[in-house]
Amino acid sequence: MRRLIELSRNPAMIALVGALALTGCASKKNVPNSPADLGLNGAGSAQPGTSQDFTVNVGDRIFFDTNSSVIRADAQQTLAKQAQWLGQYPNYSITVEGHADERGTREFNIGLGARRAAAARDFLVSRGVSSNRIGTVSYGKERPVAVCDDISCWSQNRRAVTVLK
Amino acid sequence: MMNRFFRLLTRTGLAAAAGLWLVLPAQAVVEIDVNRGTVEPLPIAITDFLSEDGLGKQVSEVIAADLARSGLFRPIDSAAFIQQIDNPDQSPRFQDWTAIDAQALVTGRIVPDGGRLRAEFRLWDTYGQSQIIGEQFFTTPENWRRVAHIIADTIYKALTGEEGYFDTRVVFVDESGPEDKRIKRLAIMDQDGANLRYLTKGGQIVLTPRFSPNRQEVTYMSYADGQPRVYLLQLETGQRELIGNIPGMSFAPRFSPDGSKVVMSIGRQDGNSDVFTMDLSSRTMQRLTDTNAIDTSPSYSPEAGQIVFTSDRGGPSQIYKMNADGSGQTRISFGNGSYSTPVWSPRGDLIAFTKQTGSEFAIGVMKPDGSGERILTSGYLVEGPTWAPNGRVIMFFREEAGGGPKLRSIDLTGRNEQAIPTPNFASDPAWSPRLD
Repeated sequence: MRRLIELSRNPAMIALVGALALTGCASKKNVPNSPADLGLNGAGSAQPGTSQDFTVNVGDRIFFDTNSSVIRADAQQTLAKQAQWLGQYPNYSITVEGHADERGTREFNIGLGARRAAAARDFLVSRGVSSNRIGTVSYGKERPVAVCDDISCWSQNRRAVTVLK
Repeated sequence: MMNRFFRLLTRTGLAAAAGLWLVLPAQAVVEIDVNRGTVEPLPIAITDFLSEDGLGKQVSEVIAADLARSGLFRPIDSAAFIQQIDNPDQSPRFQDWTAIDAQALVTGRIVPDGGRLRAEFRLWDTYGQSQIIGEQFFTTPENWRRVAHIIADTIYKALTGEEGYFDTRVVFVDESGPEDKRIKRLAIMDQDGANLRYLTKGGQIVLTPRFSPNRQEVTYMSYADGQPRVYLLQLETGQRELIGNIPGMSFAPRFSPDGSKVVMSIGRQDGNSDVFTMDLSSRTMQRLTDTNAIDTSPSYSPEAGQIVFTSDRGGPSQIYKMNADGSGQTRISFGNGSYSTPVWSPRGDLIAFTKQTGSEFAIGVMKPDGSGERILTSGYLVEGPTWAPNGRVIMFFREEAGGGPKLRSIDLTGRNEQAIPTPNFASDPAWSPRLD
């Protein structure tokens, strides 16, 4: 029944092609996302040594110029404070998340986020934080913190965020 | 089930059908030259297929929609038809069809046949007063759209000389929820947006799915274990597998043309990325690039001898070409701005890319030596081209400022851009290969 019969242009003759149903289903585990960025909620008096203290009083993130992973002067100050804080509280390990703005293509931005995370990590190591306390991950342009369509937004998304573990 | 289906169609159906086409005399008066810069769409009358229910009409509508979307055909409004087709086995009154300037005519019927459907169709050359093709397909009732697409492909090939691309599917990333908490799911659908099915549940970010050459597998990137990593997904079973025990991140995967390897980027300790291949049977890796740069988005030439990729080793990201063993790396893009996501056409004649100039993104094509660059479309964000298997149409995603991404297609003239319907926002489309 599934033979294909070779036929002529005669209207009474036709070719036979068999076809079956197309089905299938996917089943897989649901794995939750890793923790979201810490919010800047502006709480005034954070307990020293807490993640809130780190976020509010030290600063958990640095920003980059377009397409760049160079640690700017303002970012160097923030990272120096992070290194000092991490020296004070040696029980924390950290993940440095590298992010890119939306003005790039997806795969390249994964690469760019990784480069930014590594640059921040290397700076922290240069300021005395042990490299085995630091992990990195790139989110490319997948986790924008600011959502709008102008330059001020894009500059907030070009960031490396230090997340305490 | 799907395996069996694909094997069947591959061995029995389309391969044999190609043999049929070869013996048809190429004497049709009506034809379309797709190589011309501007193509006046061919007026074609697609009559409702006869059937005992509404299915015949639905089949005709799918065929007409396929052909119209290609930009090469203009289906004529049935209100203009003079002759009512009540016996598709008889020659039509050709003068009734030339009178409304239908240069081609499609007739057919759908007949129940022992639990299955029999779809018969004929394509007529109205001015030549002859039948161009007559074929018959059997299918299960739920598979009727697929038969309509196969008929549309048959018409497209008969009148353009090019392979059709309607009996194909698209895997993509379905995006829902707010932009800063976006849920991304892999989804698969027919190229016209029908028969959508989700492949992942949205618990983690998934990106950049790409078909294997036999359409049975998809390789993609997921944050399932926290880091970006490349996975393989069996479409038939839903089984998912990490591609290998690779330290650090892996991303931007794409199959080799024979499906034996995946080429991808792997992150370096210093934060840069290099291109590697993984042989899927031995799970051995081969390094292809080694630079202090982001080397990514690798894509094989169809004969597998070369790979295009992007690198920012010389400044802004540009397109490079290398031999499949990593030797002979040379830059091929030299225009203003930056280039990314190069994808080699399945015909081998062009490379599609995303280009960024100032505040604008564009989708374009260039020859494999970098010459002949042509921009097809541009906007606030257009990204991620993927080729229809005939190398004539490109799908990509477009996002307006303040909006979300949606899938679009455009032909190589750049004049026929079409929206691909999806229920939510959608990005990262990958067009399936054709079965042959």
